[in-house]
Amino acid sequence: MPYTMTVSPDFPPTQIAGWYIFNTWLQKKLDISIHLELYNNFDEQRNAIEENKIDLIFANPFDASMLVREKGFSALVKPDSKSDEVIIAVSAESKVMEIEDLQAGIKIAKTDDPDVNMIGMIILEPADLDVQNTISEVVDTYAIVAKQLIQGNSDVGFFLKDAYENFSDLIAKNLRVLVSSQIDVISHAFMAGPKVQEHTQALQEALIDMANDPNEQKILESLGFTGWTIQDHEDTEFMIDLMETLVN
Amino acid sequence: MENMTANDVPEPYEERQIQYWDASSRTVLLRDVEVPFPEGKLIVSRTDMDGKITHCNQSFVDMSGFSEDKLIGEPHYILRHPDMPAAAFKDLWDTMSRKEKWHGYVKNLRKDGAYYWVYATVIPNIRNNEIVGYTSVRRKPSRNKVNECISLYAKMKKEEQA
Repeated sequence: MPYTMTVSPDFPPTQIAGWYIFNTWLQKKLDISIHLELYNNFDEQRNAIEENKIDLIFANPFDASMLVREKGFSALVKPDSKSDEVIIAVSAESKVMEIEDLQAGIKIAKTDDPDVNMIGMIILEPADLDVQNTISEVVDTYAIVAKQLIQGNSDVGFFLKDAYENFSDLIAKNLRVLVSSQIDVISHAFMAGPKVQEHTQALQEALIDMANDPNEQKILESLGFTGWTIQDHEDTEFMIDLMETLVN
Repeated sequence: MENMTANDVPEPYEERQIQYWDASSRTVLLRDVEVPFPEGKLIVSRTDMDGKITHCNQSFVDMSGFSEDKLIGEPHYILRHPDMPAAAFKDLWDTMSRKEKWHGYVKNLRKDGAYYWVYATVIPNIRNNEIVGYTSVRRKPSRNKVNECISLYAKMKKEEQA
């Protein structure tokens, strides 16, 4: 019975092939069988986690607490020097020039990405905005968030910075950045579930070593980062504490 | 903790004595200059059980005006502004002792005598059911809420001094 690996659904579509190559590499490296299962959205992924179908996950920090506390996962590594950052943008033609210009009743275009949405709402707080006095338009992809803004269907949009920076010039020139977060301390992590515990040390060593091999470095580049850093138990506890301070 | 000196604080400033919960005190030099909270950033720090800083991020360093080396090991009240009522911090510590999360608007004092307002959240770091320290995250506050707190805290200070 192969193990099942999944990836937080917020990665850019250009990285899908990279995750399949990573999975092939990982199976060869550890001589174990792993099936990569990608979910279309966070709800589907959380249902799979709830049903104990997942053994390895590149997890969104928002899910870290649930994975550790309720499902017995432990974090092994996190991407080197790569934090989750958010861009709050408006249409290039919008009259809104700063966050404080936004008024109660605005429409926010966003995906179901939980940490992006949490940080996005925190950035809107100085304008006295919250989930009670704003209208959320949840769409499937960041490209649709951009489309909502450009077509004037929403007033402001929340984007994962990586996704925003991958937009074509045509899309980017029709948008304007209001705020680009520089939080630095929130990041995804690669986590292993209870059934994989016998492999975690070999797994952690193999992942850390990737940066030392030119071919394996190319796999990392296709995932959007340059290497992995060990995330120990206390680092994970700190991430959980940090997320706890941010959730209202 | 060292007194603030004119070497770090440009004139004009107001000199005041501030008394802390552990009976220590120091001279602080206050300037009526507000430094705006940086857009899109969070100020993050952790303290030990005694409230001494064990970790802080770059935004903490930038906004406080102190170097990281100077901050580590210092009590978190190095940022205490004398306009803050003691009752606010009593409420924080009472909340921590119940192992709950605390939120509040706080006016912080910088090394250069200026100040900055934050919306702070503090949680106890619980390991094996024991509190081992505290994590605090400060974010940009709503100006309306800050204005409410300016008058509320002034009233509370007046009552504390009566």
